[in-house]
Amino acid sequence: METFSLLLQGFGVALQPINLFYALLGSVLGTAIGVLPGIGPALTIALLLPVTISVAPTSAFIMFAGVLYGAMYGGSTTSILINTPGEAGSMMTALEGNRMARAGRGASALATAALGSFVAGTIATLLLTFAAPAIAEIAFYFRPADYFALTVLAFTSVAVVMGSSRVRGFVSLFIGLALGLVGIDQMTGQARLTFGVPALFDGMELAVVLVSLFAVGEILYVASRYRKNASEIVPMRGWAWMSWEDLRRSWKPWLRGTALGFPIGALPGGGSEIPTMLSYTLERRLSKHPEEFGHGAIEGVAGPEAANNAAAAGILIPLLTLGLPTSATAAVLLAAFQNYGLQPGPFLFTNNPELVWGLIASLYVGNVMLLVLNLPLVGLWVRLLSIPAPQLYAGILVFATIGIWGVSNSVVDLIAMVIIGIMGYVMRVYDFPIAPVLIGLILGPMAEQQLRTALAAGQGNPVVLVSTPLSVAFLVLAGLFLLAPVVLRRLRAGA
Amino acid sequence: MNLKKALLPIALFAALAAGSAEAQVNVMLPANPGGGWDATGRQAFQAMNEAGIYTDGVNFTNKGGAGGTIGLAEFQGGQRGKPDALAVFGAITVGSIILNQSPINLTDFRPVARLTAEYLVIAVSADSPHQSLQDLVAALKADPGATAVGGGSAGGVDHIALALLAQAADIPVADVNYIPQASGAETVTGIVNGTLAAGISGISEFAQFAEQGRIRILGITSADRKEGLDVPTFKEAGYDIEIANWRGILGAPGMPDDNYQLWVDRFTQLNESDAWKKVLETQGWDQFFLAGEEFGAFIAEENERIATVLKEAGLAQ
Repeated sequence: METFSLLLQGFGVALQPINLFYALLGSVLGTAIGVLPGIGPALTIALLLPVTISVAPTSAFIMFAGVLYGAMYGGSTTSILINTPGEAGSMMTALEGNRMARAGRGASALATAALGSFVAGTIATLLLTFAAPAIAEIAFYFRPADYFALTVLAFTSVAVVMGSSRVRGFVSLFIGLALGLVGIDQMTGQARLTFGVPALFDGMELAVVLVSLFAVGEILYVASRYRKNASEIVPMRGWAWMSWEDLRRSWKPWLRGTALGFPIGALPGGGSEIPTMLSYTLERRLSKHPEEFGHGAIEGVAGPEAANNAAAAGILIPLLTLGLPTSATAAVLLAAFQNYGLQPGPFLFTNNPELVWGLIASLYVGNVMLLVLNLPLVGLWVRLLSIPAPQLYAGILVFATIGIWGVSNSVVDLIAMVIIGIMGYVMRVYDFPIAPVLIGLILGPMAEQQLRTALAAGQGNPVVLVSTPLSVAFLVLAGLFLLAPVVLRRLRAGA
Repeated sequence: MNLKKALLPIALFAALAAGSAEAQVNVMLPANPGGGWDATGRQAFQAMNEAGIYTDGVNFTNKGGAGGTIGLAEFQGGQRGKPDALAVFGAITVGSIILNQSPINLTDFRPVARLTAEYLVIAVSADSPHQSLQDLVAALKADPGATAVGGGSAGGVDHIALALLAQAADIPVADVNYIPQASGAETVTGIVNGTLAAGISGISEFAQFAEQGRIRILGITSADRKEGLDVPTFKEAGYDIEIANWRGILGAPGMPDDNYQLWVDRFTQLNESDAWKKVLETQGWDQFFLAGEEFGAFIAEENERIATVLKEAGLAQ
């Protein structure tokens, strides 16, 4: 009950007009940067840091929370409508969401994304309120072997589930793993696959690969198949966004997405990519309409969108309760705390209850605000699709190029964008799935780091990789993903 | 509508950039926004402004990656001979240049001032059998392979500190099982769950976990004990090592002498100002000031020391 009264006090703080204003500002800004490819919440908050020197800490953190949540809402919009994920957490949304938009169901996709984000954000905030300290301990439980097994599970499930064949899935995955190797190896400090180009020392920028594969590849594909009289996009049917049928099919994915996103978001290195990806594969496996996947299944939007918002709340748990930043965004938030001379951790709850509970309460407020902002805008956003294809796609290309230039003002990034974009086109033509490339790129370095840490700590004995119950469970699941279809086919053939 | 929304962040960033449109000095921050170097550069000029030492415009450029070598390489080529061009760098840069065989030569720049330091601490899990630094070193000596130590990236200050400790205790540096971790957070979790026997990191990353009773700090790399932290120094424990993660300011190669002297003076004034003392306090940085050519000599010493250690660890030729 103590939590409850503290939370009420928090609402007292969050509902002050000035803080409501900052929550609104953060939400709008977050939605906008979520829409823009290349600029993520981490960079935005970092750029806002000096601006907030004159702002009270509580107001500033309320604004930052708005940016964090808003980015998750905003990212889904461009993913669905123009197949260009604004940030990594939205890439799975593009897979089904964009197909839905093309089938004239863009409004449904946007609505399930916004409502799913709201449901997941609210549940995750509730969990954050009442279970934060317990969940924070998960971070200490996970060992390198567990992380490695988790990434193996992610690799096999994504390669098997995505695309038209397993061979294509694994080819894509290995392209991603190779891209992930580029840069300075952290364990030895040696440069790998950089070909003497210093700009590659820090590895391939994820935003570059993301935008190139989705936007550039897609634009080339559309352009190569464009016939002037063909109507590419089915016009939208105004405000009829979500039918009962859609809602019935969405609510379970929302809850499952939340269940995946929240705890994984709380892990170091967990981020929003793994849970969205796992959520997508899970929905695809559980769906009663598996044939719809790849052609616009609403479950494939609802689950990942819920997962990425829940993960956004998840990262706040180790940050607030332990002072442990588990993602780039969390690290920037930690820097913001330190700018104010505050040290997140258990003492933050006792020393600055007003700040912590005000922040938590503002998450509820921000969620409502984002829903109110986003649902009515659905009608406006979908009109984007009535722009004729040549202008629309040319516009996206310009938009994407500016976004990539904005990431680090690097010519090398733009060249990489062209090369990877052409690769994306070739993959599209020959039906290779894109998602495994991204999963390989994002999780490859983590898998390598954790594998090498596990082996080094175990002095090279591979048994260490199966030394914990979790690692065994994950690896067995991964093996099932890989072998089950083959075994089932054999059994069926034998019968 | 969508366009307006999309342009909002651009407008915001443009507004931020416009604040420095009247720039007089170009400052290269060879790190991404939000990190320690970024803060060092921005806070130093903010404090200079408050103290009235330098109040004209400043144009910051963030160019992160590879221990600052990417940003510094651009700075070296692009700002040569410019009167008012400065760059932030630090101890990590020295190791990175050697490891990555970067073409950067630190003696090419004009050494303006060393500003801050963060000392390193070595810690074990709260339930570890090692009660003192000597205990830990004894375990390292008995079985270096089984005593895995985690810290920052290979060749960084954490790694150098451990290598120096091994040297001081006559343990072959190449035998030490040092495991670089992606972040301080991962080092802490590794120590707590038993993956790592010990970890090395900056004080700020470990102090609160020690307060929480999750880890036990065994030693600090400073010359004297740090106030508020009841931990013996490496020297007290019998290992003659002093090492810090220092940060400083470089002038462009070929900066004219008059401008160089001006900037050395300005940073000397900054170091004595109240505005800077306040920054040091809120950021938790230690004052570690050294100006002009003396700083140049210090950089040369560090270069020598780090190169030797990296060779012994088998990381550099």
